[in-house]
Amino acid sequence: MIKLTLPLDKKTVKSLKAGDSVLISGTIMTARDCAHKRIFEYIKEGKKLPFELKDAIIYYAGPCPAKPGMASGSCGPTTSTRMDSFAPTLLDMGLGGMIGKGEMSGEVREAIKRNTCVYFAAIGGAGALYGNAIKKSECIAFADLLSEAVYRLEVVDFPAVVAYDCDGNSIY
Amino acid sequence: MRIVNTKKIADTVYKMALHAGVNLTPSCLKALNEAHEIESGEAAKFAYETLLQNAKVACEKNMPVCQDTGMAVVMLEIGQEVFLEDGLLADAVNDGVRRAYSDGYFRKSVCNPITRVNTGDNTPAAIHTEIVAGDKIKITYLPKGFGSENMSKLYMLKPAQGVEGIIGAIVETVKSAGSRPCPPVYVGVGIGGSFDTCAYLAKKAITREVGEKNPDKVIAEIESEALKRINALGIGCQGFHGNTTALGVSCECAPTHIAGLPVAVNIQCHCVRCEKEII
Repeated sequence: MIKLTLPLDKKTVKSLKAGDSVLISGTIMTARDCAHKRIFEYIKEGKKLPFELKDAIIYYAGPCPAKPGMASGSCGPTTSTRMDSFAPTLLDMGLGGMIGKGEMSGEVREAIKRNTCVYFAAIGGAGALYGNAIKKSECIAFADLLSEAVYRLEVVDFPAVVAYDCDGNSIY
Repeated sequence: MRIVNTKKIADTVYKMALHAGVNLTPSCLKALNEAHEIESGEAAKFAYETLLQNAKVACEKNMPVCQDTGMAVVMLEIGQEVFLEDGLLADAVNDGVRRAYSDGYFRKSVCNPITRVNTGDNTPAAIHTEIVAGDKIKITYLPKGFGSENMSKLYMLKPAQGVEGIIGAIVETVKSAGSRPCPPVYVGVGIGGSFDTCAYLAKKAITREVGEKNPDKVIAEIESEALKRINALGIGCQGFHGNTTALGVSCECAPTHIAGLPVAVNIQCHCVRCEKEII
């Protein structure tokens, strides 16, 4: 089991191989279907994004509301393939990588290789466990999208597997 | 005639929804444990361990086992001797769903299909009613996640394609879904009926307990043969390769037209959540 602390430098990214089990700690941010649509409207209109994309890790997820006293509700990954058309552009803009579940397109794999990034697979369906790995959660953009808004999450020992590494290898 | 107040239905749906959001069915948990035991792949084994621990944490902390707390599918078999009083049935079901998703801290995942604006309370539910004999109401509650729902398919096969065509359609659906629907999946299959009833049969099939065979021997044989071929695909837990790609295949059958052979394949992820109550 490899322990990773975010942000990842390129040397660490290069050391990760598809199939490696990892525990991630640090800051990530959620974005799924509607948030991606909104991000692309911003890009098209030349507007500044309300968060830093450079070296960030996007988590394809939409959490449940947090119960009182908890940082987050259940928050497992959603199916990444729905973000296939968005990911290459964001990776070319400096995004460090993504966490989601399931295969993505060949274009995404190419963009990961081209930019020395990484795609992690979280374990789909393990929402409660991931909710407990989140120690702090804050909505940083698009609050009107409710669970589809962008949340900045502080995670500790978030379990995942390297799905696509920067050499173009895949676990699938 | 038996009078049932719709408030009773609302309260029953509320309790079922709250329980279903947090707990896997015992038959699903048993199947996951068995799949974990026979798994030889390292990454798949790690995924099972995570899932089994997750089920435990969800239960202990009373939080949703998966953040996709689903679209509420509610099937009601209503005895024709029942008279419903005090409001509309659909309003009662939606009231139960609305309160459960708020009180349970569940995610509200229902939106307008065009504008994508969220309805904010996870309603409306998908409600199916059947009028049956007697004076009872049987409610089946299934919170359906869409990672798996998205991978479902309906085939209008030719009658000549027969049993081999049916099994081929089931296996092809699971194969093309690959890692995306959170395997190991539970496969619900509708065989026959019309375009619409076939899809409903597939949905009903996944409300059966995992591992429960169809009482018809020919249909049960289709279930076991399809399961065997699906598990030979080697997709494995989460698509990480492994011995188990499906926990079960469950088929429901109905007469169809002489010109057709509809087959609906409804994919359920490994988080099988389903409640049954009789009022």
